[in-house]
Amino acid sequence: MDLKQQRRRNTVITLVLALGSLVIIQALIMAKVIRSYQMVTISTICINIILAAGLNLVTGFTGQFSLGHAGFMAIGAYACAIFTLRDGSLVSFALGVIAGAVLAAICGILIGIPTLRLKGDYLAIATLGFAEIIRIFAQNLTITGGAAGLSNIPKFTNWPMLWAFTVITLLLIVAFIHSSHGRACIAIREDEIAAESMGINTTKYKVMAFAIGAFFAGIGGALYASTFYILKPTTFGFMKSIDILMVVVLGGMGSMTGTVIAAAVLAIITMLLQSFSELRMVLYAVMLVAIMLFRPQGLMGDRELGVPEFLKKRLKKAPKAE
Amino acid sequence: MALLTVKNLTKSFGGLTAVSDVNMKIDEGELVGLIGPNGAGKTTLFNLLTGVYEPTHGEVILNTHGKERQIQGKKPYNICGEGIARTFQNIRLFKELSVLDNVRIAMHQRVGYTMFPDAFLHTPKYVREEERMIKEAEELLDIFELSHKKNEKAKNLPYGEQRHLEIVRAMATKPDLLLLDEPAAGMNPNETAVLTSTIAQLRRDFGLTILLIEHDMSLVMNVCERIYVLNYGQMLAHGTPEEIQNNKQVIEAYLGEER
Repeated sequence: MDLKQQRRRNTVITLVLALGSLVIIQALIMAKVIRSYQMVTISTICINIILAAGLNLVTGFTGQFSLGHAGFMAIGAYACAIFTLRDGSLVSFALGVIAGAVLAAICGILIGIPTLRLKGDYLAIATLGFAEIIRIFAQNLTITGGAAGLSNIPKFTNWPMLWAFTVITLLLIVAFIHSSHGRACIAIREDEIAAESMGINTTKYKVMAFAIGAFFAGIGGALYASTFYILKPTTFGFMKSIDILMVVVLGGMGSMTGTVIAAAVLAIITMLLQSFSELRMVLYAVMLVAIMLFRPQGLMGDRELGVPEFLKKRLKKAPKAE
Repeated sequence: MALLTVKNLTKSFGGLTAVSDVNMKIDEGELVGLIGPNGAGKTTLFNLLTGVYEPTHGEVILNTHGKERQIQGKKPYNICGEGIARTFQNIRLFKELSVLDNVRIAMHQRVGYTMFPDAFLHTPKYVREEERMIKEAEELLDIFELSHKKNEKAKNLPYGEQRHLEIVRAMATKPDLLLLDEPAAGMNPNETAVLTSTIAQLRRDFGLTILLIEHDMSLVMNVCERIYVLNYGQMLAHGTPEEIQNNKQVIEAYLGEER
């Protein structure tokens, strides 16, 4: 199968899946099966997919362990909140999203250049420190509302908009991974010395992956601010970074479909466990331990969910008959 | 002017001088061997030439395409861009990636599209370039009859083919000078014979200059025109295979002194 056929097939599958999810959930909303309570879960899933997709590029594909994703998210969230609180129009929301994403990406570059020389645990600690710095800033600046945070942020997000942001994020990141630049990032994960000897400027691509991850974290944060209309510095603590990392690890490092599935599974588990109140966190933890025991490589490992083999054979024949 | 000139190249790790005052000249189109007992500093010399280590002092001068420049102390990716490619003694493939991806990664520095917008939006330019890269990669893989395995993960190839893939990957960077670090290590005599003829063919077809480290004397003596011998970090001798075979110092270094 050549590149063109493969691309055509992938486009068709993506369109079916994406539009299918849009239509089905929209129908369920209109039929009042999904009410505002379930909508919170769906919004969380979308935002977590956007956040985790960016982190997966950094951690899963480029192999750089980052614990600072909540910091980039906070930048996006506060930027969007400040813009929309001032004006309240859709334009200000759009500007807020863009400003948040760009600002987060710039911070990603600034943080990435010194810290990405570090490896493994050291990098994790450095990025963790960065996220804490952002949180402390948010806690002490007047423009971010101090410890009380910001509230009454105008809500602009709805299901179709969250859907569009999620789908576009995934399409862009997956497209990047399947390019020469994306392969350069993956080569760094596989063997840094070999990658460098094959002509890849490893520092440049690590920083690039970090900046792209931060950019989408900024978007995720902006959507979070608009969806949940309250921001507090404590939201963007260490645990938020861990939550996002959990989605990546659970779904499988280096699998985008894994990230999507894990974001959905984790949010739905949380929703179903609401009725167990005290036991909720215990059950959640037990489930995580169980999944990690039986699937240490994550739900999907580093594979992508694709077309089953028997379908592939049929599809292979179909284009030739054209 | 030779293609590669090494002048008084030295590398010390603290008190240990791994490579000491090494001088070397490689002409365009030559196939030169680098031999020496274990721990003589052969791989360290390779690492100095490819920028993995920075030399303590000394010069490395590359002269290709009518341009002469010093390359010591440059970053590995810059040296790769200057036209020196290498393989590794202990295979360093991108194990989890397909054979095709391994080769395409090495083509990255010559990729003809930009990250934005081409890579993110898969523009027509992206499609054209990717198709060209796949075609080029397949042609290179054909040299070692690997193209039918292009979709297999590198780690699933048998040992000998992994060594071949490393050479293909190095070739994909379009080098003028190819450094091979023990290409025949762990191969049986038949495999070594096949490799020997393929190396000769590579050199003919691509006008390559090759420097190779090897312990397998059948390969070294058969294909190399000149041989450098390294011992305890110093250049012990150099000359044609016959000269080296009859060199007293070399025999002593390998076998010990006659009593």
